Amino acid sequence: MSSLHEFLSMGGYGAYVWPAYGLAAIVIVINIALPLRRLRRLQADIRRRAGAAP
Amino acid sequence: MDKYRWAWFHRFGSPPYVYRIAGLWAPWFAWVAGLSMVAGLYGGLWASPPDYQQGDGFRIIYVHVPSAYLSMMCYGVVAAASAIGLIWRMKIAHTVAVAAAPLGASFTFLALITGSLWGRPMWGTYWVWDARLTSELILLFLYLGFIALSRAYEDSRSGDRAGAVLALVGVVNLPIIHYSVVWWSSLHQGSTKFFGNDAEIQTSMLVPLLLMIFGFTFLFAACLAKRVQGELLERERHSAWAAEAVR
Repeated sequence: MSSLHEFLSMGGYGAYVWPAYGLAAIVIVINIALPLRRLRRLQADIRRRAGAAP
Repeated sequence: MDKYRWAWFHRFGSPPYVYRIAGLWAPWFAWVAGLSMVAGLYGGLWASPPDYQQGDGFRIIYVHVPSAYLSMMCYGVVAAASAIGLIWRMKIAHTVAVAAAPLGASFTFLALITGSLWGRPMWGTYWVWDARLTSELILLFLYLGFIALSRAYEDSRSGDRAGAVLALVGVVNLPIIHYSVVWWSSLHQGSTKFFGNDAEIQTSMLVPLLLMIFGFTFLFAACLAKRVQGELLERERHSAWAAEAVR
């Protein structure tokens, strides 16, 4: 338990270390999610139109 | 024979080929990225000892250095793709540049913020207008300018060309960022020597750092592949190959 507390406090630097890692995680998730969402929408859109055409 | 020597190069000018290859490669890039980053995080946050001067505060290095490195590496990709697009009038190269720029902007933003979170406890300030920090901020504005300019035209070819010229002019900023800590006095530390007998970083800290740099690079490659796919579909949504590719 105390070792977990020690880990989270980062020797007193926790208030700087964890926001840095949290922000990195957010940026990475956005970088993965946005292209995938855009791609899925475009694919669905093109599929719909191809289905309607013939 | 000569006719076939450049066949591989021409294939990369073909949207359906690049769309397919990017879709095939992306998951492999993502796996390499995920595994190296998990190993790097374990080594960086847990297994490596605290720094003798900065205690545990130095651990910001494992996100700061990879994102700062990527911010510049990605600009190199944008500029090289822009040059290829301008010289050989290769539409796909412009597509790659446009797809890469938002990723570069995001990693530049991350490098600036993590650097400022590192600067506060170590330097006593979140921000100083010194050469390294200012030139990295200019890099962010170059990305944003490129993104805005390449979308500013009705005709995507005009936007591609205008953005590409801006990207090439901005290349002058890369050596300025790199050498800023040598040319001007700066709060930011100089380059650290990674390898050799006079290496300035311990192996237990170096290995996780290299794993994180490696992981971030493959993450960038995976995201870029998916972005290129999206950009290609967007631009060629009315083509026969696009309808074929999404079936």
